[in-house]
Amino acid sequence: MSIKGKAYIAGVYEHPLRDAPNISTAQIHAECAKGALEDAGLTKDDIDGYFCAGDAPGFGAMSMADYMGLKLRHMDSTETGGSSYILHVGHAAQAIAEGKCSVALITLAGRPRQARMGGGGGRGGPPGGASDVPEAGFENIWGGSTHNTYGMCAMRHMHDYGTTAEQLAWIKVAASHHAQWNDHAFLRDVVTVEDVINSPMIADPLHRLDCCVVTDGGGAVIVTTPEIAKSLKRPLVKVIGAGEAPKGPRGGLDLDLTYSGAVWSGPIAFEEAGVTPADIKYASIYDSFTITVLMQLEDLGFCKKGEGGKFVADGNLISGVGKLPFNTDGGGLCNNHPTNRGGITKVIEAVRQARGEAHPKVQVPDPSLVLAHGTGGSLGTRHGAATLIMERE
Amino acid sequence: MADTTEAPAARRIPAPAVNVESKPFWDAAEQGKFLIKRCKACGKAHWYPRNLCPHCFSSETVWEESPGEGVIYTYSVMHRNTPVPYAIAYVNLDEGPAVLTNIIDYDAATLKIGARVKVKWTPTEGGPPVFTFAPV
Repeated sequence: MSIKGKAYIAGVYEHPLRDAPNISTAQIHAECAKGALEDAGLTKDDIDGYFCAGDAPGFGAMSMADYMGLKLRHMDSTETGGSSYILHVGHAAQAIAEGKCSVALITLAGRPRQARMGGGGGRGGPPGGASDVPEAGFENIWGGSTHNTYGMCAMRHMHDYGTTAEQLAWIKVAASHHAQWNDHAFLRDVVTVEDVINSPMIADPLHRLDCCVVTDGGGAVIVTTPEIAKSLKRPLVKVIGAGEAPKGPRGGLDLDLTYSGAVWSGPIAFEEAGVTPADIKYASIYDSFTITVLMQLEDLGFCKKGEGGKFVADGNLISGVGKLPFNTDGGGLCNNHPTNRGGITKVIEAVRQARGEAHPKVQVPDPSLVLAHGTGGSLGTRHGAATLIMERE
Repeated sequence: MADTTEAPAARRIPAPAVNVESKPFWDAAEQGKFLIKRCKACGKAHWYPRNLCPHCFSSETVWEESPGEGVIYTYSVMHRNTPVPYAIAYVNLDEGPAVLTNIIDYDAATLKIGARVKVKWTPTEGGPPVFTFAPV
């Protein structure tokens, strides 16, 4: 497979300003996007892929996607300095050739001339830096952290669906049952529902044991061709589906914090893989907090929306006990959460399961289809969801 | 609760980061006016304020003074690493958009999903006041 002839350049736009004291960096990105769309004869709603580099203010592609109100199924913020945007055209062509998006937007913007003038007329914050993250001034003042922004999701989920603290606690209980077999796990003690709900309140309604651990550490993954994989002496774990999507308030109308971007990334991955949630034998689910797991399980379709509380209760996530073994390494709740980014360890444990190399006490009997899913950023503000489905060959 | 600090003071709020796009909002805040943005092309309000409409991408967005009233969509009281617990919340403004904020002057009876609140300005450390909300 090649990108040759699979993608076309449909629109371009170069911003006319050479000195921009009076508009923000985010606005220049957006005006460039608007100009390129008009050049192409397309509208904002046609865009389903977005590419940006380190000049885009905020967290990867997510702040600018939210600023512009984009609904995406593909994004890429690969940073290689000034060459990024040439590389992005190549990446966009790959994504289009693979059907991962059909209209890709690439933007660049910056205001280095304003740095010497004290931040482009702003007050507070470094020039062109934090003050130019478009949402920063309106959001970074409220003492928001992952704890209380996820707390807000849990609070609303309980309000809308009757989810209880005891049901959330079962997620931690299941993780602890798995962690007891992991020599490296940060927390190895098996805990009970009572232990969780009697632990100190951190951010209502989340208790200390609803929260993941903070650890050092790391991980790595190698992906290769079928030919090379078959030449190696390792079990064959094939990537068969992947989906991604950011979610943010996008202007704040109809805010609903009870679902995550998994409602979009999941179906994309399942469709590509040609399987359904019922086919999945093991799931690595990002567990920054217990509520993170519950919402993502619902959004991925392992149960109906609002029924996650019932689904996770009574050990249903414990390997050998329940219907959907999850995070058999102990996950972020018990094992580790290196540099507060749990995505790679989710892939690693799913691969261990697919290979049949998980701890014998937690290994699922038929690991033919496994899933790894995560959300990064905050479910309470803006986040990126990613779903990966793998098959043991 | 984990908080054992004696004589808790109110949480000190840092000066908001202001840029050229948000400066009109903060200038109005100094005058006690709560502004939101509305798009003349699609008619919809949005939050946080942008010069391009996040709904339809029109450049025809205009500032509009809001009474700053709405209902609590959700909240969470933070107990960790703070001298005094504080409530972060989303308020659904009567104009439509949800606003991330802190609820102040609340008690157990008034800090509820669905409770009506109104903007009440709170001073910051060296910057313009910020749009906290209080029960009405």
